[in-house]
Amino acid sequence: MKLILGIESSCDETGIALYHTERGLLAHTLHSQIAMHNEYGGVVPELASRDHVRYALPLVREVMKQASCTLGDIDTIAFTQGPGLSGALLVGASVACSLAYALNIPTIAVHHLEGHLLSPLLSDPAPEFPFVALLVSGGHTQLMRVDGVGLYTLLGETLDDAAGEAFDKSAKLLGLDYPGGALLSKLAQHGSPGRFKLPRPMLHSGDLDFSFSGLKTAILLVVQKNAQDEQTRADIARAAQDAIVEVLVKKSLSALKLTGLKQLVIAGGVGANQALRAQLNQAAQQHSFKVFYPDLEFCTDNGAMIAFAGALRMQQHEAQRDYRFNVKPRWDLQQFSQAD
Amino acid sequence: MKILALETSTEYCSVALWHDGAVSERCELVGQKHSEMLLAMLDVLLQDSGFGIQDMDGIAFGKGPGSFTGVRIACGVAQGLALGANLEVAGVCTLEALAQASGREKVIAALDARMGEIYLAAYEKYEGTWVAVIAPCLCKAEDAPQVTGAAWHGAGSGFAVNGAALQARYGEQLGSMDAQAVPQAGAVAQLAAIEFAKGNAVDAAQALPLYLRDKVALKTSER
Repeated sequence: MKLILGIESSCDETGIALYHTERGLLAHTLHSQIAMHNEYGGVVPELASRDHVRYALPLVREVMKQASCTLGDIDTIAFTQGPGLSGALLVGASVACSLAYALNIPTIAVHHLEGHLLSPLLSDPAPEFPFVALLVSGGHTQLMRVDGVGLYTLLGETLDDAAGEAFDKSAKLLGLDYPGGALLSKLAQHGSPGRFKLPRPMLHSGDLDFSFSGLKTAILLVVQKNAQDEQTRADIARAAQDAIVEVLVKKSLSALKLTGLKQLVIAGGVGANQALRAQLNQAAQQHSFKVFYPDLEFCTDNGAMIAFAGALRMQQHEAQRDYRFNVKPRWDLQQFSQAD
Repeated sequence: MKILALETSTEYCSVALWHDGAVSERCELVGQKHSEMLLAMLDVLLQDSGFGIQDMDGIAFGKGPGSFTGVRIACGVAQGLALGANLEVAGVCTLEALAQASGREKVIAALDARMGEIYLAAYEKYEGTWVAVIAPCLCKAEDAPQVTGAAWHGAGSGFAVNGAALQARYGEQLGSMDAQAVPQAGAVAQLAAIEFAKGNAVDAAQALPLYLRDKVALKTSER
């Protein structure tokens, strides 16, 4: 019976949560910086760090209040050690480790992607090990085989842009505000399928890797060659979304076929995309596998997944007390998995 | 009164314990490895003193200006320690810490701010208290604000990187110089002790940086 405080600060969201090993998630809160970075057309790392250091502590107090707990009730503090923006990670790490030092409790360094990977286990119904996970966000696109906590095998990943990045960059070409992925999906709802043909990069590459950087060039050409009336923009948005979603779905199906597994878990911000969910649900019926999504609030970066991953990791006795809080801006999940 | 202080705004990492006026301090050249060293150094300092974090009456930190990342580490650690030990915090300007450590009465403190600029302030001691006659600012050495009078002491890395320009600027007003001086936790602790005694300490969440350089990126509309 343990209470874990989770702190996430790897990019543009400060997420804090309290997870109890028996009672489940007690409280979680999030401060998103999206509005601030919007004016800059993308995440400005220094501004992200400046925001984290203002919000981390008030949010810790907020979850304690929400859960009616005191700091003395906390058994362990889990924090995102990487991958992510180094300055941003350092804020969460410094608050987490110094608080743990003052409370005389251990810390657990959590891999951000492991947090995402395990976040569907917070939902009901939850998948059971082993499963295939598709991690899709603005920073990552990976297919992983997950055999248990810490047992991850990389099946394939993007060679260039992440899927979420492809969504955001396509949106930018259509003149949508940053981060435009969600706006592009909204616009695509009014688009006619098939009016514009965009490439499906690496669809038939025979492996499980992705490539999305060519897509934005193709979209740029389409944007330049066509009038910018509302219907055309919607049609282009539809074509962009269809291309990205089709690749994600096909590669996920290939991963299931290759591994022989019958459960697919979607994690990361792009997992909130309704077109992706609809197509995956349809494929799941056709090919009789089960697909699991984290609750929408846990698709984007959040503290709950860090507290939860910390709780699972704790069962493997990994909490430590040496309070060196170096961060790992670049950190391969599979290496991390093999190191255990 | 016992105050635990930390300073990480330069390539040095220092921690200090102020105990009724007596200061014990540890300082190491760590480059960019403050996050790996800071809490371990604090722990050793406390163990040597025989006190625990719970025995402290407050946390002091160098709030900047200085390395953005370094200053945020100091703030983040001050926040966490203060929250966990239920203490208040006092942030000390790194430039004032340079003045304090100099042992002089009239100090122009300058730190390298990169990008051809410096962080600069000037302090004079009146009846044992530092008064900022030039408030901390970000400027080019050749545009540094003027001071009046002579026998000023120059302190800090700003005089190493922009020594010639600052000497040209202040000429004979500059009586002495220590370009190697770095802000350290001992001086931070001494200055913070005064703030704690005055009742100027604040809540843990107010342990925030003094950046001075606020324009760090261009908005889309400005490009």
